[in-house]
Amino acid sequence: MSLVQQGAPARATFSPRKNRKWGRLVVRYAVLIAVLLFAVFPFLWTLAIAVTDKHGGGSIYDFPASLFPRAVTLRNFVEVYNQFSLGKYIWNSVSITGLTVIGTLLVSALAAYPLARFKFPGRDIIFAVIIATLVLPGETTFIVNILTLNRLGLLGTHLGVVLPTIAGAFGIFLMRQAFLGIPQALIEAARIDGAKELTILTRIMLPLTKPSLAALGIFTLVGAWNAYFWPMLVLSSAPDKAPLSVAVLRLKGQFNYDPFNIAAGSLIMMVPVLLVFLAAQKLFMRGMEGAVK
Amino acid sequence: MTVSRRHKAPTKSKYSLRDTLMSYAFLAPALILLALFTFYPLAYGSYLGFTEYGGARFGQGLPPKWIGLDNFRTLIADPLFLKSMVNSVKYLIIVPVLQLASLAVAVLVNKNLPGMAFFRAAYYVPVVTSISLAAVMWDWIYNKDGTLNWILTNAHLIAKDSTFGWLNNELTAFWAVMLVTFWRGFGYYMVLYLAGLQGIPEELEEAAVLDGAGAWKRFWSITVPLMKPTILLCSLLSTIAALRVLEEVLVLTNGGPLNSTYTALMYVYSKAFQGFNFDYGLASAAGLVVAAVALLLSVINFRVFRDDTGGGK
Repeated sequence: MSLVQQGAPARATFSPRKNRKWGRLVVRYAVLIAVLLFAVFPFLWTLAIAVTDKHGGGSIYDFPASLFPRAVTLRNFVEVYNQFSLGKYIWNSVSITGLTVIGTLLVSALAAYPLARFKFPGRDIIFAVIIATLVLPGETTFIVNILTLNRLGLLGTHLGVVLPTIAGAFGIFLMRQAFLGIPQALIEAARIDGAKELTILTRIMLPLTKPSLAALGIFTLVGAWNAYFWPMLVLSSAPDKAPLSVAVLRLKGQFNYDPFNIAAGSLIMMVPVLLVFLAAQKLFMRGMEGAVK
Repeated sequence: MTVSRRHKAPTKSKYSLRDTLMSYAFLAPALILLALFTFYPLAYGSYLGFTEYGGARFGQGLPPKWIGLDNFRTLIADPLFLKSMVNSVKYLIIVPVLQLASLAVAVLVNKNLPGMAFFRAAYYVPVVTSISLAAVMWDWIYNKDGTLNWILTNAHLIAKDSTFGWLNNELTAFWAVMLVTFWRGFGYYMVLYLAGLQGIPEELEEAAVLDGAGAWKRFWSITVPLMKPTILLCSLLSTIAALRVLEEVLVLTNGGPLNSTYTALMYVYSKAFQGFNFDYGLASAAGLVVAAVALLLSVINFRVFRDDTGGGK
């Protein structure tokens, strides 16, 4: 139990000691709020701009007026959606993200199962090699991967964006850890009942490791939804297939851009991730912490 | 019973053929993808660094031609490459600042006080924000008429007529980009530090309080030593991340103004994909240099922190 909290119940005694504790508490919260403003100010401002009625006059740079819109409207969202056919880009984002999540879960679970539960020649080497990808410096991989995708005819396709990203050490490692925690007796029992390995994986292992699957799925989802550089590169020749993350920046680059619409477009892009984050916040933090422990 | 034999008596026949085949079948998708998109590009990319290759989009032209160290000579003679390397190394200034700040914030939110869960979550939101959104939002903040200048003029730190776009100014663009990196990073490291802090036994702190140690003293003599492994991990991660900064630069300034924000990976990217040169050989060579520096910095990081613990590992 923290000391500050023990001292916190305010009794009517004003000893200098207590005052100092209160002072420290105030300073602590003041710093935390300052950091909070730094962290979330850009979002708040974007939100304010996005819901401002732009025909009410004033520019987004009228401070502090633009932070507190006088006339609130949702018209910017409709407008940006229609003008820039955002629906198309939303669909692209959904397609790329969906493929990435499904692919990652599938590949990771399949690879993790034998690594966790079987003895076979080369197992330890394969596992070491997979883990090694975490530290290998890959500064040139994106160049060669583009050349490879081009040769495979996958450049400019969603599959081309997805395939190089779905086999990763993080997912395989996470699922292996989860599988290791399942009692051997369960698997033995299934085998006695004559279950094939694929059945054991899908009927026993996966249902029992749902929390890990969910964690991996959510991490992958947020990463894929937000990704910018790689999709931009793969889809540079197919602008109509770009995800929102790439399209939003293209809006910004437009000659005659309208900040109100861009703010609205940005929010459209941010909302799904924000909702996922808020719902799975604990999981996120714990997943990160797992990296240290 | 066959079922138990294959797991409990590996000495008899070490591996079962059935298990081996099944295992490799299950591993196949991952191994094929890793081979194709991770290991092959590592090897082929390294090879390309010693070749003349490109000139046409996707290298559709002449095959790579071995030219030994020529690319590296070209790099040394290229002022833009030197500038980009210097910038990348200069970018490392962010590492101690970012680490100290996120450790400090982690200490602040580690107490069981009302609202702490909210602060932690809010600080993490920039981490789950796309770089393209960050670019849109920070562009407005850094604008000539943006928030930053508004704050500074109202605080009477700069005169109203002397405002400028922070990303368009050769002197400030580099630091402005770095602040965005900082903004996106501190929540991430804060959570890592938080995990480390929660591993510190409370009795230690309490004993130190009874001994009359002040907060500062407790921080340096208990928190910091016990957090060494976390500090090593975080500083390693952020060193590598700082050296590999690309997206922020690409979306905020595209390397400008006057190349003042050009980083090493920006150079790699632009040699390969921007303009009409498509110089995959030279870009790969530059990538190799960055990879070598990254490796070197990792080793240094390990050295520094291990020496500090007095061989306690």
